[in-house]
Amino acid sequence: MSTTTKDKPQAQEPVPRAITSVGDRVFAGLTLGASLLILAALASVFIFLFAKGLPGFNRAAEVYGPRADSFLGYVAPLLGGTVIAAIIALIIAVPLAWGIALVISHYAPKFIAVPVAYLVDLLAAVPSVVFGLWGVIVLAPKMVPAFDFLNSYFAWIPIFDGDVSNSGRTIITAGVVLAIMILPIITAITREVFSRTPRLNQEAALALGATRWEMMRLTVFPYGRSGMVSAAMLGLGRALGETMAVAMVLSLGGWSGNLLGPGNSSIAANIASKYKERSEDLLSVLIASGLVLFLLTFLVNFAARWIVGRAERKMAGA
Amino acid sequence: MAKSIDVSDLNIYYGDFLAVQGVNMTIRARAVTAFIGPSGCGKSTFLRSLNRMHEVIPGARVEGKVVVDGQSLYGSTVDPVAVRRQIGMVFQRPNPFPTMSIYDNVLAGNRLNAKRMKKGEADSIVEKSLRGANLWNEVKDRLGKPGMGLSGGQQQRLCIARAIAVEPQVLLMDEPCSALDPISTSAIEDLIHELKSDYTIVIVTHNMQQAARVSDETGFFNLKATGEPGQLVEFNPTKKMFSNPDDPATEAYISGRFG
Repeated sequence: MSTTTKDKPQAQEPVPRAITSVGDRVFAGLTLGASLLILAALASVFIFLFAKGLPGFNRAAEVYGPRADSFLGYVAPLLGGTVIAAIIALIIAVPLAWGIALVISHYAPKFIAVPVAYLVDLLAAVPSVVFGLWGVIVLAPKMVPAFDFLNSYFAWIPIFDGDVSNSGRTIITAGVVLAIMILPIITAITREVFSRTPRLNQEAALALGATRWEMMRLTVFPYGRSGMVSAAMLGLGRALGETMAVAMVLSLGGWSGNLLGPGNSSIAANIASKYKERSEDLLSVLIASGLVLFLLTFLVNFAARWIVGRAERKMAGA
Repeated sequence: MAKSIDVSDLNIYYGDFLAVQGVNMTIRARAVTAFIGPSGCGKSTFLRSLNRMHEVIPGARVEGKVVVDGQSLYGSTVDPVAVRRQIGMVFQRPNPFPTMSIYDNVLAGNRLNAKRMKKGEADSIVEKSLRGANLWNEVKDRLGKPGMGLSGGQQQRLCIARAIAVEPQVLLMDEPCSALDPISTSAIEDLIHELKSDYTIVIVTHNMQQAARVSDETGFFNLKATGEPGQLVEFNPTKKMFSNPDDPATEAYISGRFG
């Protein structure tokens, strides 16, 4: 066929016209509009952070003081605190959440499973300020003996070496509070994936003579693996960005290398507590640190998507 | 290896609901026994009670006796897990484990027994089971590929291979061909004929011609009346069932006058 664009052959027969209705067009418009709106919102956040934060990358050395003299020196300890607090939260929350999800979906009888699921979901409704208050007033003092124990017997591990906070307001306490806060979302997603394990596969395992646990290992876990990982990653994203509870539990100051000491604050908490005493220079620095946090959570979510997608592609079979 | 099953006065309940009432029969070893009957008459429920798979549904219980080779299945000390290792099952829709390769699917049951297997031993079990399920020639070059990549009929034969890999005494089949095309169905039926020499086979089917083709004995289940529990109407050699049944209801069903 050597047709050029100019002499495109005209359709000989009338093509039957696609049947459309007003509802279809309205719905298509709505979905397109909604998705564009989300993109626009994300883009505008990014542009704002970039435009306002750009000057913050190279201010005069005293702006970054008293502990640092450059943006990198300023943001790196905060980034460390953010990541470490989130990791502590994940270490506590993920096994707990997976366990709870398993109990709800496969072990507990219905009259227990339903209220437990409901209670865990309710945790998500507690405002983070309340969690912060609870962390400072109730949890922190109770953690002090545990910190003393860690310091006396495990000081040979560098992270437990150094001064122990008297108030108990350390990054470990913050991690525990964060763990409770991210528990509901991890539990909810994992529970959903577990309960969607095909009944047929579960019966196949049982009919082979699998015990309940063996049935889980053969069907529920492999089937839900991508969901379990993505739930944990979503929890991680939340823990990284959480502000109030961390700001209330931790005193100011970035990552010091000692988990039992004061400080070890996170980016989000640092922004929240310094925002009021702003000068133009400090504000741009804070926004720049916000940009760093934004990129970090973006990467985490991106990685989560990638892992989920990979598992799904694998499941579909080669 | 193959064992006979004696069922006496078996009632099966879901909670308070009596699903199947008063079943008495003897299932011969090394023979194919088929159950036919209209939908919802309890034949699948009865089949599942033979390896205690119906207990997967909360509230399910039985009264009466099921004795396999002198051993009661429902004795207070009998673990349902142990029962299911002796009495294998193949389901209506093929259900290979989606995350496993063909090779691992066949060995899934053997690995449950927590025994460490040598590579050579595992290989020979896989080959023997797949040959037993008439699947070996089709998959021997792609044992590492996912089981879900096979066609429906091949998947069902993979499930049969998985079931016979643990060398059960009895093989239960719950409408094994209902999701398959005629060619795959005929492959499975041929396979049932071959397996009969080693196993006691019990098959539930909606297809009366299939029951006539593959079975030695046939049981006809029906509801007593709408809303009443299902019961075993007639249990006889297949030849007699399809030519000269004792019960007029059986004849009506087989000749297509209802159901």
